Amino acid sequence: MLDLSKYQSVGEALKDALDQFANEVCLIETDREREKERLTYHEFKNRAHPLAKALQEASFGAGDRASIIMTNQSKWLISAYAIFFCGGVLVPLDYKLTPEEQWQLLKHSGATVLITEYPIWRQLSGSVGRAAATNVRLVLVTEAPVSADLSGAQRWEEFRGSGEPVFVARKRSDTASIVYSSGTGGRPKGCMMTHENYLEQCVALTSIYPFWPDVRYMSILPTNHAIDFMVGFFGPFTCGAAVVHLRTLRPEYVREAFPKYKITYVSLVPLVLKNLQKGLQARFDALPRAKQKIFNALVALNRALTKSRPRPGISRRLLTQVHDAFGGELRAIIVGGAFSEPQTLQFFYDLGIPVANGYGLTEAGTAITVNDLKPFRADTVGKPLPGMELRIVNPASDGVGEVSVRSKTVMAGYLNDPELTAETIVDGWLMTGDLGRIDETGNLQLFGRKKNMIVTEEGKNIYPEDIETVFESLPVKEFCVFAANYIWPKRSMTGEQLVLVIHLDPGQEYAEELRRDINSRNNRLLNYKRVHGVVLLDEDFPRTASLKIRRNVLAERLAKVDTASAILPL
Amino acid sequence: MRTLEQTTQEVLDLAAKHFQLPAGSLSPGDDFFKKLGIDSLQTLEMLSRLENHFGVELPDYEVQGVSDFKTLAERIQSRL
Repeated sequence: MLDLSKYQSVGEALKDALDQFANEVCLIETDREREKERLTYHEFKNRAHPLAKALQEASFGAGDRASIIMTNQSKWLISAYAIFFCGGVLVPLDYKLTPEEQWQLLKHSGATVLITEYPIWRQLSGSVGRAAATNVRLVLVTEAPVSADLSGAQRWEEFRGSGEPVFVARKRSDTASIVYSSGTGGRPKGCMMTHENYLEQCVALTSIYPFWPDVRYMSILPTNHAIDFMVGFFGPFTCGAAVVHLRTLRPEYVREAFPKYKITYVSLVPLVLKNLQKGLQARFDALPRAKQKIFNALVALNRALTKSRPRPGISRRLLTQVHDAFGGELRAIIVGGAFSEPQTLQFFYDLGIPVANGYGLTEAGTAITVNDLKPFRADTVGKPLPGMELRIVNPASDGVGEVSVRSKTVMAGYLNDPELTAETIVDGWLMTGDLGRIDETGNLQLFGRKKNMIVTEEGKNIYPEDIETVFESLPVKEFCVFAANYIWPKRSMTGEQLVLVIHLDPGQEYAEELRRDINSRNNRLLNYKRVHGVVLLDEDFPRTASLKIRRNVLAERLAKVDTASAILPL
Repeated sequence: MRTLEQTTQEVLDLAAKHFQLPAGSLSPGDDFFKKLGIDSLQTLEMLSRLENHFGVELPDYEVQGVSDFKTLAERIQSRL
């Protein structure tokens, strides 16, 4: 691994990695059963440098912002490297957002360059949102068909300069990227991550989950997500490891990729992990009775032998068939983006496949705590990573309070929002809004949220304010969306739901027509953003002088109503 | 060559079979997340079955944001 303490920027470290590991494989890209690409670090450099040169010829330089909206693939990483090489600031956006949401964030970020793939550009170029983001002056599109109408964009494959580009140095304190943790509706939350944030996070994470040139990391979580950016790009690249991209994420191709590419690590969201568990359990249950007995005995033996620490060699010998299905080289499944249920984590650990569960926020530079497996604890999210100071603010008598963190990995602040930054980072401590307790062994346990938001099992952060626009002009006196947990705190991080609180006009009834109207508006939202039910409140909403709803006061009033009877299903 | 109506009907029949629902219980306008109570992963599994049936490949981006059978059938039809 490179000694990252010597480097000032992400670009500088990556530049050295491409030379140091020149002959190692860095990228493999497959589409179903077809392998589309296999690049060494040297070949990666040969792809990226002409792009960097062309960007420089287009006057893209230090501090300029370039956005990538792409599915996981080699061109994502090649483009990101070229941006860093030029001293630029990367703005990775979620390819699953709607075109309007993407344009909104492009405008907010001030990006002058957009790199995207043709199917996404087809949607983006036809969207009305395009007119507002006049800051985007250069669009590069990958894999466009020969006769495609590019609507003013240029082909990524043909955007190549000749001659060597000039590397642009940056300082550790400079912004390396702007990562949106949420806020597509109301208030965009663009986390300004510095080069130091990434360099420090990489050192901390790889000290517990190391990479080396034989490692193969399968990249499934979107690369715009802080986790995949770190463990599916920067981490493996600074250690000479390889990243495997799948262009289709159908479960059968994901399953096939494990043995085919001898995967070492993979990151998954809890939903996918649970699905994997379900599939495996169904196969175990289908075994003949006698085999089932033997299998269960082997699992129990493995559990006993790995109680204090993982023993990969022993687990592989005991449960060979299970491990072979995963390629025989899998060292850990990294799970992130949302909270995982302890029983799922234990299920995999008992099979000899440790799940690296942890806890983190984009604002904190990805991970704050990670299970160090010494021993494995399914009921906690692990211990703080090296360099992380953790504090529980205003703990109750049982020790539960708001988790706050101080570290070199904490973001510089939210882009263009000093007010929100000041609320979030107080005296150098990042207030997470999550409730937790540090147990006697130093492991963090989580107990719900203090903030008005939910995180889905797919790792999506949803803020109620962001989805309210869909209910605008609803024929009622007033309405407001809440995370049910925020009103009725539940000591759980799973099964979170949104509710629509309605104050009807005088004499108005909650009629079938209104319910249908709400339903049809709700269905316009992406499935994971939809509200779960309606709560009726027969009093005026408390408001500020500028007539904004005082959400915390309203939540306190609602808290007096019984949850079970309050939520009317849609 | 199938008509869009035929494709739509076959999509509905296969989805009903895949999720073990009575034949004829699904309609073209149904939101499959809501009607079937499934998640995005289960949708991908259903897509693989549809691909095999129709002998087409549906890139993931083609079905991004699609949540009703009618639109899904249209995407399949465009590749037949």
